[in-house]
Amino acid sequence: MAPAITLAADAPTLSSANTGFMLICSALVMLMTPGLAFFYGGMVRVKSTLNMLMMSFISLGIVTLLWVLYGFSLAFGTDSGSIIGWNSDWVGLSGIGLTDLWDGYTIPVFVFLVFQLMFAIITPALISGALADRVKFSAWALFIALWATVVYFPVAHWVWGAGGWAFELGVIDFAGGTAVHINAGAAALGVILVIGKRVGFKKDPMRPHSLPLVMLGAGLLWFGWFGFNAGSWLGNDDGVGALMFVNTQVATAAAMLAWLAYEKIRHGAFTTLGAASGAVAGLVAITPSGGAVSPVGAIVVGVVAGVLCAMAVGLKYRFNYDDSLDVVGVHMVGGIVGSLLIGLLASGKGQSHVEGLFYGGGLHQFWKQCAGVFAVLAYSLIVSAVLAFALDKTLGMRVTEDEEVAGIDQAEHAETAYDFSGAGGGAAARTAVPAAPAAETASKKVDA
Amino acid sequence: MKLITAVVKPHRLDEIKEALQAFGVHGLTVTEASGYGRQRGHTEVYRGAEYTVDLVPKIRIEVLAEDDDAEELIDVVVKAARTGKIGDGKVWAVPVETAVRVRTGERGPDAL
Repeated sequence: MAPAITLAADAPTLSSANTGFMLICSALVMLMTPGLAFFYGGMVRVKSTLNMLMMSFISLGIVTLLWVLYGFSLAFGTDSGSIIGWNSDWVGLSGIGLTDLWDGYTIPVFVFLVFQLMFAIITPALISGALADRVKFSAWALFIALWATVVYFPVAHWVWGAGGWAFELGVIDFAGGTAVHINAGAAALGVILVIGKRVGFKKDPMRPHSLPLVMLGAGLLWFGWFGFNAGSWLGNDDGVGALMFVNTQVATAAAMLAWLAYEKIRHGAFTTLGAASGAVAGLVAITPSGGAVSPVGAIVVGVVAGVLCAMAVGLKYRFNYDDSLDVVGVHMVGGIVGSLLIGLLASGKGQSHVEGLFYGGGLHQFWKQCAGVFAVLAYSLIVSAVLAFALDKTLGMRVTEDEEVAGIDQAEHAETAYDFSGAGGGAAARTAVPAAPAAETASKKVDA
Repeated sequence: MKLITAVVKPHRLDEIKEALQAFGVHGLTVTEASGYGRQRGHTEVYRGAEYTVDLVPKIRIEVLAEDDDAEELIDVVVKAARTGKIGDGKVWAVPVETAVRVRTGERGPDAL
């Protein structure tokens, strides 16, 4: 997000069009978290479907409250030391007037903060894909709260907050290549290095239980991502938001085709999982870069992301780390691809006049992008690993091996995702006989 | 009496049912099964990870027959199930001591 281009010297006034547009974009970004839940939920085995869905849904609860209480203040309050923000008027959102405008923009603070809230929700949810089948739900809930507080809120401030060091340095991150995707991917890597692999990793078959759910989730993500990306300009007065919208579609299409072509050549088939994964890789890579590159540049971003992410998801088998649903391979790698390509492909005709190497701007911007990528990656990786280590030593991060093998859905949520009993209604298995309340049972006996 | 069991390709079920009806068989039991014979399974690929799926879907059909009809019935099933390709399945028969129709209590061949 770059500062608004104020065309007139006058202070901006409230725009109903931009306000309405941004409220819709906020709802679109909210939809991405359930979309992500289905994208991940279809990829796990039957016995951990509900846990995977809940790992995303719980973020909608926890992060919303943290954001209202202090998160928005930490991320976007008055800068201290280029590291963190604070504004005591924003604690509990109590001191914000209904018509107060976000500084330099034409939308109310309330609109800006709810839009940003949706980003804060989906970022920790993204991490959950790497932790499939094996993490205690209570430990995960606490991890989200701690991680949002010490990793997401500060990193969002670095990248987007006025005074944040990456923002002031001129690192370009339109909608969250560093703050969201590299951040979540590096955190996933940090946590799985601490908590270890699923029981049976590389030995037992772990194929996705429902590819239609994965496709549904990918479709919802793609749809919601238009709000995520185009909305990040916070208005439509200069066409940059529309360029971002177009580039989002173009890069995603290119990445989906690139992933499919790669796996057809490499593995012999065009898979649905490849199409869904390629689309998400493209969405990730265009997130930081879509405001800076041309539509042809967006094709390059998409193709590079599609192929590199398709190659990266195989690394976990070679290096033996259980990035269960490829959060590192898709989000971290895709985020790095998109963030660094800005340094080569920035056209100078989008969100700013910055030109990349291929447009005659030299490597000036590329080095800035490297600084942003490396700092977020290292900070998130290390702090996330420390958090996971501390939680593991106190609460314990993992369910027992027996619970994991039998299925985390039953152990942690006391439910089963699907009733497979068919027309017989489960009579043979003798499952699901509701326990009647004591009083009711007694009165029935009298009736009989 | 004999119990004839056929484990065959799922898409042959309709042909087998029609052939049995034409022969005069009044009832049968069908279950979904999985297994493999000489054709073995197949390979699937998810994000580059290859999985060998050993067990392939099959249909298991069970029919009770009188001793005199058994051989002919087996031929009917085999003919209807055959595609000529590997993986067509197996048909076998075993002796049955008794059978009872639950509604009436009839026993033996009368229960068929």
